[in-house]
Amino acid sequence: MRRHAELGLTDFEFERIVALMGREPNEVELAVFSLMWSEHCGYKHSRKLLRTLPTEGPRVVMGPGENAGAVDVGGGMACAFKVESHNHPSAVEPFQGAATGVGGILRDVFAVGARPIAILDSLRFGEPGASARSCYLLDRAVAGIGHYGNSIGVATVGGEIYFEPAYEQNCLVNAMCLGLIETEKLIRSAAAGVGNVVVLFGARTGRDGIGGASVLASAELGDQDASKRPTVQIGDPFEESRLLECSLELLDRGLLVALQDLGAAGLTSSSAEMAAKGGVGVDLDVARVPLREAGMEPFEIMISESQERMLCVVEPARVDAVIAVCGKWEVNATAIGKVTDTGRLRVLVGDEVAGDLPVTALVDECPAYDLEPAAPATPLYPAPIRTLADDGGPEATLLALLGSANLASRAPVFEQYDCLVGSRTARRPAQADAAVLMLDAANGRRPALAVSIDGNGRRVACDPYRGAVEAVLECSANLACVGAEPLGLTNCLNFGNPEKPHIAWQLTRAVAGLGDACRALGVPVVGGNVSLYNEGGEGPILPTPVVGMVGELPDAARAGGLGFAQPGDTVALIAARGWAPSLTGSELAKLHGAAPAGELPAADLGELHALHAAVRQAVRSGALRSAHDVAEGGLAVALAECCIAGGRGAEVALEAGSEAALFGEGPGAFVVSGDHAAMAAFGAAATAIGTVGGEALRIAGVLDVPLDELARVHADGLAHLMR
Amino acid sequence: MKFGVIQFPGSCDERDALHAASLVGDAVLLWHRSHDLQGVDAVIVPGGFSYGDYLRAGALARFSPLMEEVERFARVGGPVLGICNGFQVLCESGLLPGALLPNTSLRFVCRQVALDVVDATTKWTGACARGDRLSMPAKHQTGRYWAPDPVLDELEANDQVVLRYATGNGFNGSARDIAGVSNHAGNVVGLMPHPEHAVDPLTGSADGLRLFESAALIAAAYPADLLGK
Amino acid sequence: MRARVLIRPKAGILDPQGQAVERALPALGFAGVRNVHIGRLVELDVEDPAQLPAMCEQLLANPLVEDYQIQRPDADHPDQSAGPDDSAEVTR
Repeated sequence: MRRHAELGLTDFEFERIVALMGREPNEVELAVFSLMWSEHCGYKHSRKLLRTLPTEGPRVVMGPGENAGAVDVGGGMACAFKVESHNHPSAVEPFQGAATGVGGILRDVFAVGARPIAILDSLRFGEPGASARSCYLLDRAVAGIGHYGNSIGVATVGGEIYFEPAYEQNCLVNAMCLGLIETEKLIRSAAAGVGNVVVLFGARTGRDGIGGASVLASAELGDQDASKRPTVQIGDPFEESRLLECSLELLDRGLLVALQDLGAAGLTSSSAEMAAKGGVGVDLDVARVPLREAGMEPFEIMISESQERMLCVVEPARVDAVIAVCGKWEVNATAIGKVTDTGRLRVLVGDEVAGDLPVTALVDECPAYDLEPAAPATPLYPAPIRTLADDGGPEATLLALLGSANLASRAPVFEQYDCLVGSRTARRPAQADAAVLMLDAANGRRPALAVSIDGNGRRVACDPYRGAVEAVLECSANLACVGAEPLGLTNCLNFGNPEKPHIAWQLTRAVAGLGDACRALGVPVVGGNVSLYNEGGEGPILPTPVVGMVGELPDAARAGGLGFAQPGDTVALIAARGWAPSLTGSELAKLHGAAPAGELPAADLGELHALHAAVRQAVRSGALRSAHDVAEGGLAVALAECCIAGGRGAEVALEAGSEAALFGEGPGAFVVSGDHAAMAAFGAAATAIGTVGGEALRIAGVLDVPLDELARVHADGLAHLMR
Repeated sequence: MKFGVIQFPGSCDERDALHAASLVGDAVLLWHRSHDLQGVDAVIVPGGFSYGDYLRAGALARFSPLMEEVERFARVGGPVLGICNGFQVLCESGLLPGALLPNTSLRFVCRQVALDVVDATTKWTGACARGDRLSMPAKHQTGRYWAPDPVLDELEANDQVVLRYATGNGFNGSARDIAGVSNHAGNVVGLMPHPEHAVDPLTGSADGLRLFESAALIAAAYPADLLGK
Repeated sequence: MRARVLIRPKAGILDPQGQAVERALPALGFAGVRNVHIGRLVELDVEDPAQLPAMCEQLLANPLVEDYQIQRPDADHPDQSAGPDDSAEVTR
């Protein structure tokens, strides 16, 4: 196999490199190209699609393209946030893969100068009941996230976990972070100022992750992944906490021209991207890079993915001050290069030139491929094993759903996370449909941010367009339930191999759905991530666009909660005219052994936009005592969840008792409780269905289940798998 | 009333403690490498992962220069509160008896717990009454309190057990459900749960404020020279 | 000279890590395993080995809950990796 092919470059790409260089690249240069032109760094198969997403809005202060996007949250402050994947490393070593995923997204946020205030995680594994490996991955990934987030002192306030057979070989670990900063202090990453010094600070450089971006993220995982074990990065949250304080102090003192974190492809991508954005060149002397291991080759130093490192550009007169601040925080800092006007990235070893590359070739000239989408001719995903008989009746069905791995209580997971550090958390996991984080008090109120992360691979597999629309709607609905208005969105697109037409079709349709939903709801995309090639011998993952949304609410004292709060409260169903719950793509269909296929209901985005606003307003006014979005498991599960969270039963009567009415899924319905009079605000959308009270969930003529049985089954569903 | 909150490399909840204390009086952060307690009336050793919990939780932080001043301050009766990692530091330094071991489940757990006030005569529980129920979060992986049985008997006999997890609330396997202890004189108290995260109804309970109020009461009642400053 | 300190939880104190490993081994097919305890290893080059006990008492171990064992390789063969039976000094 030719060298470039070993590194993941196609013949076409190699020829293009030769043409751009005017000669054949040497070993160092080829390694640099192989990473910069990898799917993970170059977004070759997604760049054109991503350009179709809406990225502008009146509250956007930093759009896609920087380390993180940011929205204006009032009071001169901005919230910077982003989601990123760390899928392939987590499949190989889940503790460190998940931990360094958290470390990486934290760095992206403080690289723009924002102090991280919250983390959320979206995780997907194979069926834990059937697979010891998936139990192991779940256990270790959760431990890794907890280890990193707790140690560095940033609250992990939310997330989601799904189990589907299609993720057995390729788990998904997406980490989201949000941070706060004074808007005028946001810093960008474009290198500028010919003659300015490039300083590397943070941990020493070793062989961690060598080839990570090219080897792991851009290729399917096969039987040889045991040999990929050495490429997993090891994280140190204690180092990162010092790095964070150091970075923020450097920015606070105005000592930096530009700042960039080192992530995938390490020094290579950071320096190339900084230079490309600034339209300048960069000379780097790898002999100056502090190393953890002896005898590292120049190309290894350039592509190492050792964690907890940042790159900055500093005016020469300020370098001493920068080194001094780093010294105070016991963070290594070394001048390793300078900004030039050559437009080239030069890798030097002392005086010797080991590599000389045109910056635009590495970044802007990276090929962007057109996809060749074609709807799959045959079903892509086998039917799951049936775990629930058809004839059990609604009570047994409800309990089976509540105890299923996808719906059961996530307390065994989120209790491993510190959700409180920072003293901002007004809604902890499971208290409401979104996390709520308070900002500084203003005018006698406590303005707050709300955040949720959502996605549903199975429904996207049924219909990539409508499934992606639903992911955006789900986030918006969750925010509405706490009284928050969406400000911006970040997304992580997790898909299989885009070179296969059916995957290209999934990706194309999903991005179209994402874009249309964002436009209809007026929520701009401020940044995100793409993870492709998530497939192995058993086939691709379910197409999984994950959406993270940040919203604002004027007063945390009025933040919504999910549990029924007061006996005697009216329980109402707030539903769009177009709400059409169906079993297609539902959790119940899965328990019945149905493959993820079939038509999903169309969503009337205009109507839902208005409905979300109505729910939000009602929560803000204090008229509702609880609000919960009807999602996986349908209406009966939503009612049960409200009972369990509130520690109270309810008596309701529904118009229809069919399985579709009880357990069908589809966007556009909420379960709320409060004074009867409060429901009038919703007009025809509201149907009073019953009252809070008693020690059971009673749906007249359908089911009557004691609260403590609901709670027990719900509490145990995931817990018993994690023992 | 001036509280001092120590900041070690790796401390996480020091700003939370600072904020909580500032609801009751003035509060300053004290950098671990300094030798100056800045004339504070009470010292708080906060939660977190000082020194990354390297070697043993609290093992390295106890040797910080500022801890020498804290030890002196404690010896003359100054009120010192160790929260979570702070409790670990105080046990490592010998200012409190016993040790904190890994939770029996070996997992980090973050959960709201109910505590029973066992002793209301310490400088940090004077604003409580024996038998009071306090709700506050606990979040730790290494919070199993342990001391040899004779020591535990002595602690109970001398009213040095300050807080216990209410029935069904303990999760870490602490001996005799002990959540917090004091030294013999009652001026140094350590507890695993986090009172600084229970000072605002919007984030949970406000029961934790009472510990800070207790210290402020003491400072108000006793003139500065009795604290040996 | 290269020394090695083995630190283990005191007998009689619950060792959940040791128990977890003891439970996990049979599940992997390893039978007949008992009495598993998990501790810590500290390796260091020291000029004055007489200081080792004090180092253990003050920092490396918590004497309330841990026992420690100092191991020094034979002074004539400093590069030998010390096994548990070589010049072991059992303390506490």
